[in-house]
Amino acid sequence: MLNMFEVIETNDMIDKDLLDVRTITIGIGLLDCIDTDLNKLCKNIYDKITSTAKDLVRVGDEISKDFGVPIVNKRISVTPIALVGGSACKTKEDFVQIAKTLDKAAKDLGVNFLGGYSAIVSKGITAADRLLIESIPQAMNETDFICSSVNLGSTKTGLNMDAVRLMGKIVKDTAIMTADRDSIGCAKLVVFCNAPDDNPFMAGAFHGVTEADAIINVGVSGPGVVRAALKRAEGENFEVLCETIKKTAFKITRVGQLVAREASKRLGIPFGIIDLSLAPTPSVGDSVAEILEEIGLERVGAPGTTAALALLNDQVKKGGVMASSYVGGLSGAFIPVSEDQGMIDAVNAGALTLEKLEAMTCVCSVGLDMIAIPGDTSEETIAGIIADEAAIGMINQKTTAVRLIPVIGKGEGEVVEFGGLLGYAPIMPVNGFSCEKFVNRGGRIPAPIHSFKN
Amino acid sequence: MNKVIITVVGKDTVGIIARVCTYLADNKINILDISQTIVSGYFNMMMITDMENATVKFTKVVEDLDVLGDEIGVKIKAQKEEIFKSMHRL
Repeated sequence: MLNMFEVIETNDMIDKDLLDVRTITIGIGLLDCIDTDLNKLCKNIYDKITSTAKDLVRVGDEISKDFGVPIVNKRISVTPIALVGGSACKTKEDFVQIAKTLDKAAKDLGVNFLGGYSAIVSKGITAADRLLIESIPQAMNETDFICSSVNLGSTKTGLNMDAVRLMGKIVKDTAIMTADRDSIGCAKLVVFCNAPDDNPFMAGAFHGVTEADAIINVGVSGPGVVRAALKRAEGENFEVLCETIKKTAFKITRVGQLVAREASKRLGIPFGIIDLSLAPTPSVGDSVAEILEEIGLERVGAPGTTAALALLNDQVKKGGVMASSYVGGLSGAFIPVSEDQGMIDAVNAGALTLEKLEAMTCVCSVGLDMIAIPGDTSEETIAGIIADEAAIGMINQKTTAVRLIPVIGKGEGEVVEFGGLLGYAPIMPVNGFSCEKFVNRGGRIPAPIHSFKN
Repeated sequence: MNKVIITVVGKDTVGIIARVCTYLADNKINILDISQTIVSGYFNMMMITDMENATVKFTKVVEDLDVLGDEIGVKIKAQKEEIFKSMHRL
């Protein structure tokens, strides 16, 4: 029978250390909505999403109440829209109409984000892909809850440098188009290499074509819980440190597994995966940076940061895979700047630079995330940063992502406020030397030698 | 069996257990086990209960106990047992 200390431990995790289930995300396949008539297509999309996910918010709230654990977000991911809209959309504006339809569906359902305004162009760009990508700035400007992602490389295919160059421009254009709101459009736009098909976290969630018609993916979080556990292991050696992280990750993931199973049962939709990412929020104590500091760094960015993050990421995965048979998505530690108070403090203290963050992305589960850069950064430089990050993903057979916000009208040292989960960020300096000739070469970077395993 | 764990945490005062038990009895919720301790003046109690024959819905119990907790000046939570078993039992 359960004992009191176990019950108190669980409730302390929830009440004091901010343990939560970050998101229940329903992935919905939209391929069966395809029609050559745009209005018909939009109606099909709206009907399918609103019927499949009609009970999502209610069921999420019920599960939260049953177990006394917060379920912060209820979200939807859909088939990459470039695939769905290809036969109906002849102009950028046609794609924007789909974005608005998705936005309306998200609002009517009461979910807080819908991801999948996406294109998968790791090797080549179709006409529909190009139209969708070119429509992103307008779509991000004219919708509130839609998240967009573009996968432009993989270990198997190499890097599509035409797409890299194009996305440098699109990120900048999105910033310009949403300049009146501190370029917030870019906070909903992420560029990937090796994007997973089943990621429940935004802005990069989409429902891959390898997936079933509808699927439940759950993202669990809890950096505060790991930090609290490590506080009790202060001064211990690495073996104890790793064991502590692993056990904590196991416990956190089990909660996610329970919620996922319940959500699947109550919604009548199959369970897909648990994504056991430590996802910080701007709340004090809900920080990945603070875990790294607890491990022994004065500030994130100090020498040793990459090693500390590597062990954290690995132990989180090891604890998680024991707790759930279906672990997927990104799974590991997220290191967004604006969403993590410890990261913001480290930038302000001069401890953390863009280059150090890039090194950290070699060993964490994502990439350069929610980083505000000066508004006058050129689109070529943004493309160069994307290329660097994608190359890390391609060579290391891992997912990498870039979510940069060039804040129009603001420069280094100024602060940009996004509000809510997106937080605020000091604008970080970018290396001013040019990569223009490099990113303008055009074509593809071939797949690395170790991808030829057949 | 429909096991629900009720926890009460807060400053110790007269009649906490009585008030909670009365509520449970009134609503036909059976108590299977109670453990209780006081750490530096703070009252910690855990009850394992069975709601199989309860006359009210679980969500109502959560709300009622929350209100009752506010009246007594303690924090009362009711949670289905599975969250604890998932976390602490293989």
